[in-house]
Amino acid sequence: MLILECPYCGVKAEETELSPGYEAHLKRYGPGASDDEFESYMFARKNPKGVHFERWRHVYGCGKWFLAARCTATLEVFGTYPAQTSAPPPDLIEAIKAKRPGWEGYK
Amino acid sequence: MSELITPISALGNARYDGFAAIREIGPTGMITLRCKQDVAALPGALQACMGLGLPEKRRILTEGQRSIGWMGPDELLLILPYAEVAAMIAALTEALKGEHVLVVDVSDARAMFRIEGERATEVLAKLCPVDLSNLAPGELRRTRAAQVAAALWQDEAGFTLVGFRSVAGYLMGLLTHSAMPGSELFPA
Repeated sequence: MLILECPYCGVKAEETELSPGYEAHLKRYGPGASDDEFESYMFARKNPKGVHFERWRHVYGCGKWFLAARCTATLEVFGTYPAQTSAPPPDLIEAIKAKRPGWEGYK
Repeated sequence: MSELITPISALGNARYDGFAAIREIGPTGMITLRCKQDVAALPGALQACMGLGLPEKRRILTEGQRSIGWMGPDELLLILPYAEVAAMIAALTEALKGEHVLVVDVSDARAMFRIEGERATEVLAKLCPVDLSNLAPGELRRTRAAQVAAALWQDEAGFTLVGFRSVAGYLMGLLTHSAMPGSELFPA
């Protein structure tokens, strides 16, 4: 069971109170983009075993979208943060690096 | 011609007395106020119209028959007597004129329940993924009750639960089933 703290209302929400939004920080390609760029935006996903950044929606709560960093292998949650950002906050990256020294880093 | 229609509560004030008492209460006036909470005019407008201030995160303030609950970073729930809703919407709209706000009457879109008795917590503990023993005084918790969205808070006498009127029958069924004698979580 996954428990994520919503960064907007502070509720420690259990997985069934949330709705998954899949991979976070996707770069959106629209009209004018090349076929390769659009294909990667549309279909290519990281699917890592280990540290992963995801979008979640606090659907049975305040209704806001937020982002979470967790480990797909152990379900360890490294942190959650508001969605108004295009990259994970630096302090969260540091915290993950401290816990997962072999992590290749975000991107 | 529009006529003044007598409000009808969702389930005609249905009740069930199990190991806790379940009552559908209402009709109750409810207003949703969507507004960023850093709008300077907001606390003053609430104080002038509702007689209550801006609640802190996840809190509900109550004074007599009026309450203001924090539903989200840009959403408040105003609870008041049903008959006062129209005047309150007019007053709030006027007080927040020029701001980017939405004030909507949701009284007839919601259903409200009371769960009372010493074992009221056990009724809800079976339905909501919430640690109810750690619910702070005056905390409003939005969650789910089995498969539908709900908001609940506790006072000395028990819990108040608000859900959508379209699923009021489902909610009453859940609460009734959960409160059946013999299904206590901690039998005496």
